[in-house]
Amino acid sequence: MVRLTVNGERHELDLDPRTTLLDALRDHLGLTGAKKGCDHGQCGACTVHVDGRRVLSCLALAVAQQGREVMTIEGLALGVHLHPLQLAFIECDALQCGFCTAGQIMSAAALLGEVEHRRELSDASIRERMSGNLCRCGAYPNILAAIRRVRT
Amino acid sequence: MRPFTYVEGVSVADAAAAVHATPAAMFLAGGTTVVDLMKLGVLAPDTLVDVHRLPLGDIELDDRRARIGACVRNAQLAEHPEIRARWPVVGEALQSGMSPQLRNMSTVAGNVLQRTRCPYYRDPHSACNKRVPGSGCAARTGWDRDAAVLGTSPRCIAVFPSDLATALAILDAIIYTRRGDGGARRLPFDGFHRLPGDTPERETILDHGELVTHFELPDLALARRSHYFKVRDRASYDFALAAAAVALDVERGLVRDARIALGGVATRPWRCSAAEQSLRGKRAEPAAFRAAADLALADAVAGAHNGFKIELARHVITRALTELAIRPG
Ligand SMILES: Cc1cc2nc3c(=O)[nH]c(=O)nc-3n(C[C@H](O)[C@H](O)[C@H](O)COP(=O)(O)OP(=O)(O)OC[C@H]3O[C@@H](n4cnc5c(N)ncnc54)[C@H](O)[C@@H]3O)c2cc1C
Ligand code: SF4
Ligand code: FES
Ligand code: FES
Repeated sequence: MVRLTVNGERHELDLDPRTTLLDALRDHLGLTGAKKGCDHGQCGACTVHVDGRRVLSCLALAVAQQGREVMTIEGLALGVHLHPLQLAFIECDALQCGFCTAGQIMSAAALLGEVEHRRELSDASIRERMSGNLCRCGAYPNILAAIRRVRT
Repeated sequence: MRPFTYVEGVSVADAAAAVHATPAAMFLAGGTTVVDLMKLGVLAPDTLVDVHRLPLGDIELDDRRARIGACVRNAQLAEHPEIRARWPVVGEALQSGMSPQLRNMSTVAGNVLQRTRCPYYRDPHSACNKRVPGSGCAARTGWDRDAAVLGTSPRCIAVFPSDLATALAILDAIIYTRRGDGGARRLPFDGFHRLPGDTPERETILDHGELVTHFELPDLALARRSHYFKVRDRASYDFALAAAAVALDVERGLVRDARIALGGVATRPWRCSAAEQSLRGKRAEPAAFRAAADLALADAVAGAHNGFKIELARHVITRALTELAIRPG
C-alpha cells in the first residue's frame, strides 16, 4: 500500500512501485489537472508541489512521496476563491490550448515563494525561472504578463 | 510484468549492503535520471534502494573545507550563500543547467552519476556499446552532432553531460563512499570518471553497491575567483554544447595560477592541465587565454557533424577567462 497526502487528503493506493506520481494522480486519484506532456522531465506540464517545492511528477515515483505533502492545481484555489495567479492567467489570457497551463501556474506559484523580494523580479529573471515550463502555443508574453501582475 | 522491489534505505550501511547483495539493484536518489531511463527501457533495475531519506542531506562548512552530503539537492547547493562566495563556479554551473523543478528534485551524487544524453544510448533499438557492450556504436556513423571531441575511443564518443562535475573538476574535490561490504573509500574527483576506452559501459570507478556519502571541497584561495560559462542551443534549460569552468589567481596583471575544465565536449569531466600551465606568468589578457584554449583543444578529434565544437570550445575558454579577469574583486 502506498500512502499519499494530496491537497490535504490522505489516500491509500495499491500501486506497482514503479508508478510515477503523475500516473498515480491522474489514473488512480482522478486528478487530471497535472498533464502528461513529455513524460521525461522536459516540458513542465506535470509540475506539482511536494512539501512546498515545485517538482516534476512524471519523474517522481509515487512510493517515494509517502510522508510528504503533495499539492496539485486542484488544491491551489482557496475554496471558491481562485488563487491570484489563476485569476491573472484568465485576465491576461495567458493560454491558448491550455495544456501547459496547470504546470505554468504551479511553477509560477512556487516561484513567487522562492524569492524574497517579489517586486525586484525582472522580466528576464521571471523568464529564466519559468524556463522549465514550455508552451507549444507560444503564449509566453501573456504568461509573463500574468506573473508580473501578481508580482506586485 | 517483471518483478520489482522498492526498498527505502534505513541506514547508509544497509542501503549499500542492499544494492551489493542484488546484481540488478540500483540506488535511487531524485530519480531524474533513473526514472527517465527506466521508462525508456535503458535501465531495468529489479530493485531500487531509495537513499533520499538517509542522513546525507547537509552542507557543513569550516575554514578548511565544505562537506556536502550526497543527497543534498542541487537547488540547495546552488543557493547556499557561503558556497556561492567561496566556490562561485559551483552555483553558476548548477544554475546554468536543468530547470528549477529538476534542481529541486535531483541530488549532488545523482548529478555526478547521471548518464549521457547520446540519442542512441537512449534508444534501446540502436547499437550502443555503452548500453549493450559489444553491440557497436550507432553515433560514430550516425548523428554525432552532440558527441564528444575529446577523450573518445573507437567504442564510444558520448559526452558526459554534468555541469556540476565540470566545476568540481577544477576544485580538487574528494568523494567519500561506503561499500556494500562495509569498507569505505576516499576518491579524488580527478580519476573518478573513466575514459570510455574498450569498456564504455563502466563510467566510474565505483563498485556495485558502493554508495557515495559525501563530497569534500578543500578551501582553495583561487576558487573564490572562479566562473562557469556555458553555450547551449537555446537561451536556458539545455545541456552544454561547450562549457568551461575556470579559476584565476592574478597578481599585478600576471597570472600566478589558473584552473580550466571543459564540459559538453568530452567523454568525462575534462581538466586542461597543459593549458593551465601555459598561463602561469603570462599577462591576464585575451591573447594568452586564446593560446591556452588552443592548447586545450590540441588533441580534439571531430566526427562528421561535431567539428564546430572544437572552435566553439576555444571561444568558450577564452570568454570564460576574459570575463573572470575583468570581474571586479
Ligand atoms: C530534462 C532534463 C534536463 C537536464 N539538464 C541538465 C543540464 O543542463 N545539466 C546537467 O548537468 N544535468 C542536466 N540534467 C541531468 C540531471 O542533472 C540529473 O538527472 C540529476 O542530477 C540526477 O540526480 P538524481 O538525484 O535525480 O539522480 P538519480 O536519477 O536518482 O540517480 C542517478 C544515478 O546516480 C546513482 N546514485 C544516486 N545517488 C547515489 C549515491 N549516493 N551513491 C551512489 N550512486 C548514486 C543512481 O543509482 C543512478 O545511477 C537534466 C535532466 C533532465 C531530465
Ligand atoms: S557514442 Fe557511446 S553512448 Fe552513443 S551510441 Fe556510441 S557507444 Fe552508445
Ligand atoms: S510531463 Fe513531466 S516534464 Fe513533461
Ligand atoms: S497554451 Fe497550449 S501549450 Fe501552452
